[in-house]
Amino acid sequence: MKKTLPAALVAAAALTLAACGAAPEEEPEATGEETTAGEETGGESTDFTACLISDEGGWDDASFNESAFNGLTQAEADLGIEVRDAESTDPGQYAANADAMVQAGCSLTVGVGFALEDTIQEVAEANPDLNFALVDSAFSDAEFNPVELDNAKPLLFNTQEAAFLAGYLAAGMTETGTVATYGGQPFPSVTIFMDGFVDGVAAYNEANGTDVQALGWDKEAQNGSMTGDFTNTENGYNTTQQFIADGADIILPVAGPVGSGSLRAAAEHEGVSVIWVDSDGYEQPANADYQQLILTSVLKQIQTAVYDTIDASVGGEFSAEPYVGTLENGGVGLAPFHDFEDAVPAELQAEIEDLQAQIIAGELEVTSPSAN
Amino acid sequence: MSENNDGREKPERTGAQPDAAQPDADAPSQAAAPQQPEAHTEAEPDGRGPEDSGRARRAAQAPAVPDTSPRPHPVDDGPTSSQARWATFRHEMLTGSWLLTLLAIVAALVISSVLIAVADADVRASAGYFFARPADLLSAAWSSIAGTYVALFRGSVFDYTVLTGGGVAELGRAISPLTKTMVEATPLILAALGIGIGFRSGLFNIGAQGQVLMGAATASLVGFTFVPPGTGPFSSLLHLVLALGAAVLVGGLWAGIAGILKARTGANEVIVTIMLNWIATYLVAYLLTTAVYRVQANRPIAPHVAETAELPSLLGSWSPLHWGFPLALLAALGVWWLMERSTIGFQFRAVGANMHAARTAGISVNRVFVMVMVTAGMLAGAGGAMQILGVEGTFRASSAGTIGFDAITVALLGRNRSGGIVAAAMLFGALRAGAALMQTVADTPVDIILVIQAVIVLFIAAPPLVRTLFRLPDPQRTRVAARAKEATR
Repeated sequence: MKKTLPAALVAAAALTLAACGAAPEEEPEATGEETTAGEETGGESTDFTACLISDEGGWDDASFNESAFNGLTQAEADLGIEVRDAESTDPGQYAANADAMVQAGCSLTVGVGFALEDTIQEVAEANPDLNFALVDSAFSDAEFNPVELDNAKPLLFNTQEAAFLAGYLAAGMTETGTVATYGGQPFPSVTIFMDGFVDGVAAYNEANGTDVQALGWDKEAQNGSMTGDFTNTENGYNTTQQFIADGADIILPVAGPVGSGSLRAAAEHEGVSVIWVDSDGYEQPANADYQQLILTSVLKQIQTAVYDTIDASVGGEFSAEPYVGTLENGGVGLAPFHDFEDAVPAELQAEIEDLQAQIIAGELEVTSPSAN
Repeated sequence: MSENNDGREKPERTGAQPDAAQPDADAPSQAAAPQQPEAHTEAEPDGRGPEDSGRARRAAQAPAVPDTSPRPHPVDDGPTSSQARWATFRHEMLTGSWLLTLLAIVAALVISSVLIAVADADVRASAGYFFARPADLLSAAWSSIAGTYVALFRGSVFDYTVLTGGGVAELGRAISPLTKTMVEATPLILAALGIGIGFRSGLFNIGAQGQVLMGAATASLVGFTFVPPGTGPFSSLLHLVLALGAAVLVGGLWAGIAGILKARTGANEVIVTIMLNWIATYLVAYLLTTAVYRVQANRPIAPHVAETAELPSLLGSWSPLHWGFPLALLAALGVWWLMERSTIGFQFRAVGANMHAARTAGISVNRVFVMVMVTAGMLAGAGGAMQILGVEGTFRASSAGTIGFDAITVALLGRNRSGGIVAAAMLFGALRAGAALMQTVADTPVDIILVIQAVIVLFIAAPPLVRTLFRLPDPQRTRVAARAKEATR
C-alpha cells in the first residue's frame, strides 16, 4: 500500500485538470456508500466476503503477499464478492487484524505467510463457523506436531521441485562453473527454493560429470547467505557483487523485491544472469529495464491458489484439505526462457522436460526439510 | 516559517515547548537550561522575563527552585474584579501547553482527512466530474473521512455496533477496543518512560528498540525454558517474576553498555545506542536460527512461552487486557517519584540541566550516565517482555516492531513526564488498535495512520505554528505587553 500515497497525490494533481469530465449516467451512490460500510458489516451478511491479511511485507512486496493480493482482486472482479484486506506492519498486529476480519463478517479469511500460523489457528479454533486459509504453512501444535483443523486450509507449495529444475538449468548454462543463491531471511518459504536449487545443481553434476559449484546455501547445515530482510535492495546488490567476484554467473535471489539489486549488479557485468522467483520476473513492470538478464523464473502460483480457494468457498465447497502446489498440478513450475530461448541448448531443455516428467511421475523425488 | 525560527531561537520562552524541543539540542552539555522541573501547567517561573535568556544563569539557579505555585500573572496584581479573573483564566487556557497539544492533534486529524479523502478511490472517481455534479465529490469525501474516523473510534475506544440492547456481556465487547488500546499502549509507556528519563538527564537515548528486543528475547527464553513444576498460582508467579526480572535485567545491561561507554570514553550515546540496536537485531536474528531457541522445521520463531509465564488476563476472556497495563502505570508512578522526589532523580535532572554545574556541585556525572541508561534499559526491557508475555507468546526477530522508535515520539509528545507519557502512549495505542478496523471496514491504507502520527508530532514540535494556525496569543508577548502597560501606569 506504500504505493497509495504518492499515487494519490499525483492523482490529486491530475484531477484538478480532469475535474471537468461528464458525470456518469446512473447514480453512483452505491459506490459512495460502500466505503463507510460500518453499519452494514456489523450485522449478518448474506453476501460472501473474502478477506486477506498480509505479513510484514505488505501488499507491494513484489512477492508472495502481492501474489495473494492479486488473487483476491481477481476474485473480487470475477466472482463479484466483497473483499477486505489488512496489512500488518509488525507481528503485534496479526491478532488484531484477524479479529477485525472476524468482526467485519468475513466468510473466508486468508493469512499470507507462515508467520500468521498461530494467529490463523487461534481464530479458526475460536470461530468454527467461519473458514480460514493459510499460505505457505500447515498448522501445528505447541510441540510442532502437525494438526488438522476442520475450517482452516493450508495452501502449500512443493517449490523445491521447480527450484530443482532451475538449479539443473543454471548448472547447464553456467560459463564459469559457479552459480549462487541467497535469501532474505531463513524462512522455510525461502530456504525451500535454495534446497531445490542446490539439489538441481548436484543432479546436473552427477549426470554430466561436471563440478559446478553452488554458492550461498548449504542444504545439510541449512545455512547460507541471507541479506537480513525483504526490503533493502542494496544488500541484494552487494551480495550479488560478492558472488560475481567469486566467479558466479547465474544468481538466484530468494528475497522478493531485494532481487532487483541482483539485476542491477548483473547488468554491470558481462554474461551474468538472474533467476527470478515467485512470479515471472520477465513480465514484472518493475524489471522492465533488466528483463533481458532474467534467465527464467521459479513460479509459485499463490495467486491461483488463493483464487481457487475463494472460488471453492463461494460455491460452498470449502474443504480444509491442504492444497499442495506441485509441478504436476501447475502450482509451481519454471517460467519460459523468453530472451534466453535460443541460448538454452535444445538438449538441456529436453533434459529438463524429462526431469519434470520424472518428478511428476514420482520417479524422482526432490526433498526439502521445509517441504510439507 | 518565521514562527518556526522564532521558536527555535528562544526555546525556553514558552512553558509549552522546552522539553519537546530540548533533546534536539544535540550535545547534552548544551541541552542545559530548559529542563527545569516544571510540570505541564506551572511552567513559567514568572518574573524571569525574556531578558533572562542566559541559559547558564538560569540553569545554575534552576535546580533549586521547583516552583510549583500557580503561575502568578501580571493581571493578578490589578483589581480582582471578575473580569480580571476571567482574563487570567482565558490567558491560562490559551497559553497552556495541554491546549497546544490538543490543537496539534486536531490539526493533524484535519490534514489527515484530506489525505484520507484523496486516497479514496470513490473520491478520485467523483472528482473527475466535479464541475458536472459537485455533490458527488463532497459526499464521497465525507463518507470516506467519516468512515475512517468512525472505524478508528470503533477500533480503539468503543464499538457501539455490537450493542443491540442486551446484557453486560455485550457492553464488555463494546468496550473491549478500549482495552486493546491499553494493551498497545503498555510497551510504549514503559519504553517511553525510559527515554524520558534519558532526555531529562541530557542523554539522547535512541537505543530503546534494541533494549526492547533484548528484553523480549530474554522473556521468551525464560518463558519457555525454566518451566517450574506444577501450574499452581505460586509457580506461575515465580515463573512470571523470573521471566520479567530477567528481561528487565538484560534490558538494563544492554543499555548499560552505552552508559559505560559514554561515562568511560565519552562516546556519543546517540551513535552507540543506534549501533547497539543493530547488534541486538542481528544477534537475535542469529540466535533464532540456532538451538538456543529450539528452532524446529527451519523456522526462526521461538516456541510459545509456557502458560505459567503468561501475564494473566485482567478482565477475563472478552478482553485482551493483561496485568502488564497496571504494571506500566505503576512504573509511571515510580518514575515520577524517582525523578521528582528522590535524590537520585534530582541528580539526574541536575546533570540534564547543566552537566558542568552538576559536576561542580559534587555529583558524579559519569555514574549518573550509567545509572540513567541502566534505568532506561530496564524499563524498555520490561516493555519488550510485556509484548511477549502478554500479547504474542512467541518471539520472532520482528517482535519489537517499532516500539522503541515510537517510544521516542511518545516521550516527546508526553514532554518526558510520567502523566504525559501515559496519555501520549494511549493516543498512539489507539491509533495502532484502530488500524485494523480502519483497514478492513473503511478501506483506509495503513500508511494513513503513520501519517497521522507523523503530523501530530510535527505540530507538537512547532508550538508557534499551532498558535498561528489557531490565532492563539503568544504567552511571552502578552506578558511583555502587560508589563509594559503596568510600567506606563
